[in-house]
Amino acid sequence: MSQIFFYCTLVLYGLATALYLGYLLRTTQGVATWASRLVAAGFVAHLLSTIHRFNSAGYLPITNMHESLSFFSLVIVGAFLLFVRKYKIAILGSFVIPLALLMIIGSSAFPSVIKELNPALKSGWLWVHTIMAFVSYATFTIAFAAAVIYLIQQHFLKKKKFGALFQKLPSLDTLDDINYRCLTIGFPLLTVAIISGAIWAEKAWGTYWSWDPKETWSLITWFIYAALLHGRMTTGWRGKRAALLSIAGFLIMLFTFIGVNMWLPGLHSYK
Amino acid sequence: MNIIVVGLSHKTATVEIREKVAFSPNLIEKPLHELVALDEIVEGVIVSTCNRVEIYATTRDIAGGIARIKRFLAEYHHIPLESLEPHLYSYHSEAAIRHVFRVASSLDSMVVGEPQILGQIKTSYGYAAEYKSSGIILNRFLHKAFSVAKRVRTETKIASSAVSVAFAAVELAKKILGSLSDKTVMLIGAGEMCELAAKHFMNSGARGVMVTNRTFERAERLAEEFSGEAVRFEELFQHLHRADIVLSSTGAPHVIIGPKDVEDVVKRRKFKPMFFIDIAVPRDIDPKVDDLENAYLFTVDNLQEIVQANLAQRSLEAEKAEEIINQEIGQFFKWLASLEVTPTIVALRNHFDEIRRAELEKTLSNWKDLPPDAEKRLEALTMAMMNKLLHTPTTVLKKAGQGGRVDLYVDGLRQLFELEAVLEEHEELELEV
Repeated sequence: MSQIFFYCTLVLYGLATALYLGYLLRTTQGVATWASRLVAAGFVAHLLSTIHRFNSAGYLPITNMHESLSFFSLVIVGAFLLFVRKYKIAILGSFVIPLALLMIIGSSAFPSVIKELNPALKSGWLWVHTIMAFVSYATFTIAFAAAVIYLIQQHFLKKKKFGALFQKLPSLDTLDDINYRCLTIGFPLLTVAIISGAIWAEKAWGTYWSWDPKETWSLITWFIYAALLHGRMTTGWRGKRAALLSIAGFLIMLFTFIGVNMWLPGLHSYK
Repeated sequence: MNIIVVGLSHKTATVEIREKVAFSPNLIEKPLHELVALDEIVEGVIVSTCNRVEIYATTRDIAGGIARIKRFLAEYHHIPLESLEPHLYSYHSEAAIRHVFRVASSLDSMVVGEPQILGQIKTSYGYAAEYKSSGIILNRFLHKAFSVAKRVRTETKIASSAVSVAFAAVELAKKILGSLSDKTVMLIGAGEMCELAAKHFMNSGARGVMVTNRTFERAERLAEEFSGEAVRFEELFQHLHRADIVLSSTGAPHVIIGPKDVEDVVKRRKFKPMFFIDIAVPRDIDPKVDDLENAYLFTVDNLQEIVQANLAQRSLEAEKAEEIINQEIGQFFKWLASLEVTPTIVALRNHFDEIRRAELEKTLSNWKDLPPDAEKRLEALTMAMMNKLLHTPTTVLKKAGQGGRVDLYVDGLRQLFELEAVLEEHEELELEV
């Protein structure tokens, strides 16, 4: 059952991605409307798939690569739907939804068998720690997309290229605002995730911090976003500089999330 | 009944002629009454704007109605018809419907897609409705024109792009600064285009204007016009950081704002972006300013490019609009044609029935020693004959009412039998404004 919903999700996100990429090239508004409907339908299927898996496994499905990537994709799409509602920028989907699709395709490449939960993970802290981390990652993903669009739009403005895509992309101000908004939501969540992780570590392993690769890289991610937030609030870093830092932050965050688990052995790797 | 249009516009007449035949909206009652008092004219609406004067009317006699309106225009404005006639165009039936739909949708405007014309036609129609010069057909017709214009507006992008340089500047600024509601404009030097652009910025919600000029009095005068603030030219750089939008057009022989100046100003603004438009030749603002990260500099040429692209886009959208209009014309024409079917059938029946009764009476009054049920039988016989005779033409006419060629039949019947059909509504009016 969970698998059926999972593949429905895959197909719906795939179609939505195709439409959103088409929307970059074509001017018809109808394309974007249908794409957003497909995303919403995909999100529902995704949610059902996740809930179903939660019911049959008995724990939050984020304990292996298959589950984590799928869950990440779910949170990204959820965050996207909220941001699109607020900012009414359909074109954001052309940049975010392909990422969500990649995540879920990645997820489908890993084995999906449900295994007995590692006893160390049986704790309420799992919820707090991971959900905070995932939501902060999702907002950073949105910030990344807004940053990419910002750079494209700025390129058009500086090179004086006023084509159809330029018309469709939102204003620099809006993009910068999204970037800032994501930062102010994502950064506190990441902070809570790291602190709750430390508390949980103390309870489970007897030490707050053990320089596990995941911990180290999370801290690096945290420092990048801390620097960006600080720069924004004090000296008025904005625009291109903020966009570039957001992109750097996103890449490091992606490595923290996926790379560390895949290539660097440690307490957080899925075994 | 036929719809006719007679008028002139910016396409056929210069402004000198247009102003001679314009109708003042305050004095529109008299011409409206005179118009519908004409023998040939049944209903009438007068549209008079600075770009066009048009009369929409309904008539039984197309050629006569058009000629009469032309004469009416000439006589009303005391212009010899010979000098007016070359500028007048006229349409009837389907072409008239198409013309009005196009005008209302702003496809016939000087600047295609400009939004004012629809409002102007609505106002003109308002007068006609108020003074009862429009009736069943024109009411329905103009409401249809309004809904067509609305459809064109929502389904095509005909009105959504900037086609003047000043407006393009506003659109461009929005792409950088987002909402203009908390933004300040700085006007350097006096130039017609800069002033126009500043007006556009104010209309789009900009918060305030600063004006500077080498002659401070001129700056003051202009600032007053915008209820803004005059700044001494020497103090430009003490105030520049407060401006988000800078419009420059001085006659200075050399650059007055360099990259170093802007860099300092932007830093002072905590890197809030600035939008510059340089209209001056030679340039007022060093092109290197555009290389700075949070400064965006545009020239008139850049704006002109946007306008050109938008115009091209607009003509594509205009094609879509024409398609919409074609669909709507078909529908409306069908309604118009079917409008007269029922009254014509009724008139035809009445005409036959009158003859039947008259003949019957004549026969009965001369007939002595009538068998007891003869009167009844004769009545039934003549009734049956009449019904049988009328059955085929009635069905054909009704069927034609659902097709397109019904006006031919209706006109033919009217002339053959000299019918005078009374127009009445047989369909619910759906008014959409």
